[in-house]
Amino acid sequence: MANMAQLSSSLLLIAFFLYLAATIFFAVSVTGKKFKNKAGEEKNKAGSLGYISSIIALLFALGYFVTRWIVAGHAPVSNLFEYTTFLGIMMSLAFVILYPIYKANVLGLFTMPIVMLIIAYASMFPREVSPLIPALQSIWLKIHVITTALGQGILAIGFAGGLIYLLRVIDFKKSDKQVKAIEFVMYSIISIVGYILISSIFSGLNYEAQFTYIDEKGMEAEMVYHLPPVVGPNEAVLLTDERMTPFFNVHPNIKSADLNTVIWSLLTGLVLYYLIRLITRRKIGELLQPLLKGVSPQAADEISYRAIAIGFPIFTLGGLIFAMIWAQIAWTRFWAWDPKEVWALITFLFYAAYLHLRLSRGWHGEKSAWLCVIGFAIIMFNLIFVNLVIAGLHSYA
Amino acid sequence: MEKVKCECGHVNPYGTVICESCGKPFFEEEKGLLNMRYEGVARRSQTYNKTMIDKVWNFFSSVKVGIWIIVITLVASSIGTIFPQEFYIPPTANPTFFYEAEYGALGKIYYLLGFHDLYNSWWYMLLIASLGVSLIICSLDRVVPLHRALKTQKVTRHESFLKRQRVHGVSKVASFNETRNQAKNILKAKKYKLFEEDGNIVAEKGRFSRWGPYVNHIGLIIFLIGCMLRFFPGMYVDENIWVREGETVVIRGTDGEFFLRNDQFIVDFYDDADERFRDALVRAGSPIVKKYQTSATLFKRVDDGVVGRDPELVEVARHDIRVNDPFKFEGYALYQYAFKQNEISQMSFEIEESETGERFGRIDVSTYDPQTVYNLGGGYKVEIIEYFPDFYFDDRRTPASKSRIPNNPAFIFKIITPDNEEGEISFVGIQTNQDINGENTHQMRFVDIDMNHVTNLVVRKDYTLGILMVGGIVFMIGLIQGMYWTHRRVWIQKVNDELWMSAHTNKNWYGLKKDIEAVVSKTELTMPMDNVEEEEKKS
Repeated sequence: MANMAQLSSSLLLIAFFLYLAATIFFAVSVTGKKFKNKAGEEKNKAGSLGYISSIIALLFALGYFVTRWIVAGHAPVSNLFEYTTFLGIMMSLAFVILYPIYKANVLGLFTMPIVMLIIAYASMFPREVSPLIPALQSIWLKIHVITTALGQGILAIGFAGGLIYLLRVIDFKKSDKQVKAIEFVMYSIISIVGYILISSIFSGLNYEAQFTYIDEKGMEAEMVYHLPPVVGPNEAVLLTDERMTPFFNVHPNIKSADLNTVIWSLLTGLVLYYLIRLITRRKIGELLQPLLKGVSPQAADEISYRAIAIGFPIFTLGGLIFAMIWAQIAWTRFWAWDPKEVWALITFLFYAAYLHLRLSRGWHGEKSAWLCVIGFAIIMFNLIFVNLVIAGLHSYA
Repeated sequence: MEKVKCECGHVNPYGTVICESCGKPFFEEEKGLLNMRYEGVARRSQTYNKTMIDKVWNFFSSVKVGIWIIVITLVASSIGTIFPQEFYIPPTANPTFFYEAEYGALGKIYYLLGFHDLYNSWWYMLLIASLGVSLIICSLDRVVPLHRALKTQKVTRHESFLKRQRVHGVSKVASFNETRNQAKNILKAKKYKLFEEDGNIVAEKGRFSRWGPYVNHIGLIIFLIGCMLRFFPGMYVDENIWVREGETVVIRGTDGEFFLRNDQFIVDFYDDADERFRDALVRAGSPIVKKYQTSATLFKRVDDGVVGRDPELVEVARHDIRVNDPFKFEGYALYQYAFKQNEISQMSFEIEESETGERFGRIDVSTYDPQTVYNLGGGYKVEIIEYFPDFYFDDRRTPASKSRIPNNPAFIFKIITPDNEEGEISFVGIQTNQDINGENTHQMRFVDIDMNHVTNLVVRKDYTLGILMVGGIVFMIGLIQGMYWTHRRVWIQKVNDELWMSAHTNKNWYGLKKDIEAVVSKTELTMPMDNVEEEEKKS
């Protein structure tokens, strides 16, 4: 069994590097010269290689999923590491399905790094195989979660399409709201890189700072930080020697270690962002724009719309209908206004508004692309923020 | 209201933009691409605006209004997740103080604005209701004329209709008939339905996908009706029962028809020797529950149910009720919901002479139903003067009971001995044994305790579930119908000495153009232009 668990992790690692390979191939295909042989066939095969890599990567990732399922005895979608990883895998599955329709290499160039980022982010959560609490012991765990993740994965392709559209059409010479907004999106993505980077560095150093503090019930408790404490818990007393003292302590209702991590991620992201801008003397969007010269905005718009048209019914089925059926069985009522549930409803309403705006108000192009970006932000908010901050019936950890 | 007669002879309802039959646009002065939304039909909302009903109809028929309702509902729903809703705060907490105490000034504002019970507020209900009204009116306003227009459409279209389509092209061909036949066969192979008239063709497929939105709206309306029915009494049963091990109780909400016996209640934990989960169990730091289970036996009452008489029960079924595995019978379902372990079920005492420590007889007192007198023979007798199952001191510092549940049983005993027939009074509870008058010669000595597990089951019967399920299924069918199929039409028409080809789809132009490419590659026809793409290239 231990070997199997080891195998499972190795398969995921290999998949990760194959996603990287796919990214590189797609980058070559987009930046490389277009040259044709005498028969008029495209000789730049990097796009096909990228697609093949992404398929093999998906197979390895599914290998991870199956082996972990065997080890745990239940579908590995029951904690934040497992679910987030699975969301990444589903996004790559959605790409593998959609790529043959449009043959857009640039979609691969954007999707593959996002998949990598999601999987890397997932691996920051505790990775042990955890047992299922009684509420999760149901066949609906598989059905509800797998369908929801697939739906969200496809909607994420819509996000990638929207991003491509915006980076293609926005005029970076200006410094208007749109430019600022897209740079903010880029900064947010870089902050996730920052989070992965800074957490890995300090966990490599085995950094720990232990506190005693007074928790929200007025009891003395202990807390361990894995990053240098910028903010401390309520009435903190530092126990570990030679650690920095927090600048200030926060209210006991706030999970200070998490807040500290968020601050570190945003700061690291800020450093990375300005470093890139300083070295290249360009905005991030401006750096990416040349890659998209050959892309038809209208095609990008169509791909993102198509992805959402396909993903929306699947998400609704998994995230609302199957969710309600399971809730009726496990919680005795199909709807409990649990925050995670409400945010799934919000996601549903948001994409419903998107579809109506597109169909009858003619919101195509830029507006539509921005909605795709916001929609994905809502999905991520529900995954991360609602799980970590607003604790409800869904919080697994 | 005047009807509009088109030059093709078709009489259109007032307000029509594009002739239902031949497609001639009635407002020629507008140039550019035709707005093909709803086929340019006359909608009630665009036509009448006189009476109050018209005004209400027009308001709710607007998709713009519908979108606003969606967005407002979305924002309102998100506000409800900022702080926990009233039903998630600890049951003993008073919301008036809870929000301020926990979340400060913001919490107080949250409470004062009524956001602590947002989803049950009148205005949230009103939002959902207006969403329902908007769904009905928007759909009716469009589906009826759209259906008529798609049914009335003729094969031969007006030239300006064809010219002003997004995909439109003109080809000079040598042989009209051959080209037409080739095109027909190719489109037929692509599962288009072909209609011909005077040598003109329209190939159409996936028209049913146009009804998808209306089907899914019907599903949503059914679902909302199901939710609304829940406001009527008797549509569903939501009760809960506490059952002690070994005890048989009537199941609330079944009109005294069913009884349940709790044969055993167990809580199982994951074995920390289990290698798979060792790391996770170490991280959790405390045992993780594997199973909550009530082994239960269901009985049905078979006598006439006269009050006061002991019921005659017949065993009907047995089931191990677990989380995710309710006990279902005759439309009811019993769910494992909560439990209490180690409730005191019986306390045993002996009479003891304080000076000598000599004991006289033992009494076993049930905490659920204690007797009033325990006769021990030989002149020894114990009376229970008062029993407090859940003892505490009330405001006036007198003993009282918080509930009937034996969380903290306490007794006032009267001990009668052969020497003292008047009796001595003492107060006995957990870790307390007080001599009330201070002159007692005997006391009740606590000797033994029995514990019991109690399970908490939720009783549910819901007549609306079927309706909700139907709504959900219809909604999904409509959604898939509208999203995974598209309505495509390709017109091929001879105009003067040219063959015109125009095409329209409600979504997925990419797919439509691939179909046309297939036609173009094997016929004399040339690839029509995509006017939207052309515009894009210019800019």
